[in-house]
Amino acid sequence: MTILLPCAWCGPREATEFAHIGEVAARPDPGAVTPAQWREYLYLRANPCGWTSETWYHRMGCRRFIRVERHTETNEVRPVPAAAGARAGEPAP
Amino acid sequence: MSEPTGAMRLPRQLGEVIDRGEPLEFTWNGRPCHGYAGDTIVSALAAAGERVFSRSMKYHRPRGLLTASFHDPGCMVQVGDEPNVRGAHRLAAGGMVVTSQNTWPSLRLDAKSVNGLGGRFLTAGFYYKTFMRPRFAWPAYESVLRRFVNGGTVSPDTPHTRPEKRHAHPDVLIAGGGPAGMAAAISAAEAGASVLLVEEEHGLGGHLRWGSEADLAALAELAGRVAAEPGVEVLTDAVVIARYDGNALAVLERRHGGAEAERLIRTRAKTLVVAPGLIERPYVFAGNDLPGVMLSTAVRRLINLHAVRPGQRAVVLTANPDGDAAIADLKRAGVEVARVEDARLGGDVSAAVGRTGVRAVQVADGTRIDCDLLVTAVGWTAPTSLLNASGDRPVYNPRAARFFPDASRLPGDVLVTGGIAGDGSLEELTEHAAAVGTEAARRAGRIAAARVAATPTRRAAAPLAPGPGAGTGPAAAVMPPDLPVEAHPELFIGRTNGFVDFSEDVSAKDLRAAVAEGYDSAELAKRFTTATMGPLQGKLETVNTVAVVAAATGASIAGTGTTTWRPPYVPVTLGALAGRAFEPVRYSPMQPWHEAHGAVPLVAGAWIRPDHYADPAAEARNVREHVGIIDVTPIGKLDLRGPDVPALLNLLYVNKWSKLGIGRVRYGVMCADDGVVLDDGVTGRLADEHYLMSTTSSGAATVWEWAENWLQTEHPDWRVHITPVTTAYASMNVAGPQARRLIERVTQGVDLSNEEFPYMNVRTGQIAGVDDCVLWRIGFTGELSYELHVPAGYGLHVWETLLDRGADLGIGAFGVEAQRILRLEKGHFIVGQDTDGLTRGFSAGLEWAIKLDKDDFVGKPELAWQFADGSGPRLVGLQPVDRSVVPEVASLIVEGGHIAGRITSSRMSPTLGRSICLAQVEARLAEPGTEVTVRLPSGRLIAATVMPQLAHVDPDGERMRV
Repeated sequence: MTILLPCAWCGPREATEFAHIGEVAARPDPGAVTPAQWREYLYLRANPCGWTSETWYHRMGCRRFIRVERHTETNEVRPVPAAAGARAGEPAP
Repeated sequence: MSEPTGAMRLPRQLGEVIDRGEPLEFTWNGRPCHGYAGDTIVSALAAAGERVFSRSMKYHRPRGLLTASFHDPGCMVQVGDEPNVRGAHRLAAGGMVVTSQNTWPSLRLDAKSVNGLGGRFLTAGFYYKTFMRPRFAWPAYESVLRRFVNGGTVSPDTPHTRPEKRHAHPDVLIAGGGPAGMAAAISAAEAGASVLLVEEEHGLGGHLRWGSEADLAALAELAGRVAAEPGVEVLTDAVVIARYDGNALAVLERRHGGAEAERLIRTRAKTLVVAPGLIERPYVFAGNDLPGVMLSTAVRRLINLHAVRPGQRAVVLTANPDGDAAIADLKRAGVEVARVEDARLGGDVSAAVGRTGVRAVQVADGTRIDCDLLVTAVGWTAPTSLLNASGDRPVYNPRAARFFPDASRLPGDVLVTGGIAGDGSLEELTEHAAAVGTEAARRAGRIAAARVAATPTRRAAAPLAPGPGAGTGPAAAVMPPDLPVEAHPELFIGRTNGFVDFSEDVSAKDLRAAVAEGYDSAELAKRFTTATMGPLQGKLETVNTVAVVAAATGASIAGTGTTTWRPPYVPVTLGALAGRAFEPVRYSPMQPWHEAHGAVPLVAGAWIRPDHYADPAAEARNVREHVGIIDVTPIGKLDLRGPDVPALLNLLYVNKWSKLGIGRVRYGVMCADDGVVLDDGVTGRLADEHYLMSTTSSGAATVWEWAENWLQTEHPDWRVHITPVTTAYASMNVAGPQARRLIERVTQGVDLSNEEFPYMNVRTGQIAGVDDCVLWRIGFTGELSYELHVPAGYGLHVWETLLDRGADLGIGAFGVEAQRILRLEKGHFIVGQDTDGLTRGFSAGLEWAIKLDKDDFVGKPELAWQFADGSGPRLVGLQPVDRSVVPEVASLIVEGGHIAGRITSSRMSPTLGRSICLAQVEARLAEPGTEVTVRLPSGRLIAATVMPQLAHVDPDGERMRV
């Protein structure tokens, strides 16, 4: 993959500098989860042909985890709305 | 020097690129050949009168010069130990050893040309059909067929090169340095953009180079303006071989730094201007591959660039002004033009006749004309490779008899100009290109600004400064003027059968046969016949292939469409793609001592560590009896600070961390959310909000990222700062009954008594005069031991001091192997050795550590379910009944013919004088005292007993608590 990713600390950078952590999946409450729900969280992703929300890790840069919205067909990337990024390494103001 | 060059050499030409002041000599199949600097290998050979340069792939037909460019199918030669050199492109050099390829015993007398006689048996699909049966015979077929493989030979002695890669970030990359590319470069640079101008040939100028006096004057003017523009970097003899998303472009630079080595330039351009011009297309008729059949551009290049007369007596088939210009060039070069067949007036050629070269040509009216040269100018192919890679689907225009870009499909960051976009005068084309260049600069500025705008900022009120290239060019879009499209006759396939693909020896008849067999689309016929799949990858043959398939299926060329152009555009050496290998190696600061004392190295990930110095069993015994010292620098170390460190530790580790006192150390195990053991280590509390975590050596990087991931994505509100300090400290473990006596001798400021500094505690102090050292009282070996972390720069000093001061105590260095023996005696498991990617916590003997009453920790639900259902194997200590047998690691534990477990670690214990193991067994076999059967790799079955605990030596842990 050769796209550019918007890193809040480093600016637009080559995707090859990042590790692709994967589609964002909400971790269920471990106190009230069924095995089926937990394993869906562990192993199953929507993998859509279209917009998806992902976590990338800037391993060869600032070592921050960033939230990115990417169109899986066109590789178009758009910034994450501030509220949605709050739990994915979105820089604090 | 008399007669330095050949009989076909012309007097000085206006635009010639050869330097007559610099003659050179090389050998061709062992015979000397003369040329001038600036000659290509083939132009020098052609000047000397050579006409045959290779034999064709399948039928071994003689092949000569067709295009006089990089893409000349008949001009691949071997240069020294380098095979498949494009001889009509590679510049000749003094001393070169050039030989022909695919010929045996010689180029003139080729034994394999018997294939030509059997040509009717070697039709399309011959190999697929013939050599399929019987299948067991394929190795025999293969060994014979390999001798018929086209291509040069690679020497095993070829010196290894270390190709470097370059990264480039121009605002605008222009693919093609003809007049349009040059004009676009100038205007883009004038608009403020940085420009990379990439030209495949050895000089800028495109077709102007072999043009008229006016063309040469226009070229000189453009070249002067490019040279005067500091924003333009020019690369000649370089090709854009691929385009990927967001204009990630692979540029191949040949002869980087003067050598023949290729260099890959990984380029990220904001906009791409595609200006490759057009490639002249061959014509299909009987004998169209004979040496002496040339394209009009080939004869113009030979005459005007290299001052070589292409023949003595010529027939010319022309359908366009370039063919007409070739006629004028031929006449000026003293070639007798015996006949001109003008396709615009119904002229045609039906056959070229000859054995090793053209001797006569039969024209449309049946006349046979003796000649040694047939020149064709029947039209153009648009090299749409970069457009296809941009998502474009070029469309066929029957009026112009070629494909054009579909402007509606082009992405906004790709622009097109020059001959691929349309026709017109030089002025019209450069005017178009100049507008495209300005627009490319403008769009580059907008893209740069958009990228900055799309990047989240740390403070919304303070946006990032615009990056380089932002804001260049005019504010409003620049619309280039329309280019005219001139009419051109549709000339693809003549009235006789001839070659469509010169590289693969595919004829029009082969393609028709493929269609008749049902391969009735261009993509299918291409794969069945291998047309367009040879070294030229369709540059000469794609459109003719489509034309044959269209005619055979009754469809139109527009309806049939082209085959897909895929990267790379030209062949690239693997070395250029691979670039330089970066494999960093890590050594501890004590490495000089290890080397001086005969350490046998062990490669452990990036680290090189001492495996042992002499006898590992003796090293282990010395630890149990006296005192030993091991270099454990690779152990991962993370410095954790902040009020929320206990919360992080509680989340990552399966055990509890809330009440760890200052100066205390605890062992912890981490599992992933699937319950599988991830890492283990100890963490100590150095101060109120200051902890030091150790990880396994191999897990250091993983655990750091793991902790950062949970902190940053799940708990960004927690106040924890992690600093990796693995290599900031040199680490060593001093272990054995005499450890305290030794440490006392070198330590200041720490009370080492068992009461003040008991087992599982941590202190900081001065060791051997070095401040800020960390001392842990922990014991991987099971002995009284101190793990010392000292500032890395003092590692060797402290190490040597300890060995010096401990000499009378019997100190000896021990390596990783002795440590593995010692830890196995103690039953300490190693993550990744005694556990694997399926080993959940309760399968690793961690019942005592996993605290399911914690609210949450990573992996808790899976571990709770494993606890409830008791599933999964169990890790046990195991001792073979026969004390002398050490079952190899991964030996199976079998029961009634089924696999019931496996040995995960095994060693001969020097302390016990018997073999000891750790094993994973099915839970029902984990009961202490159970006798299990171990199957050795030899097949022999031995008995072994499950032990009451993992530790084989000192199960109560008394030795390390003294």
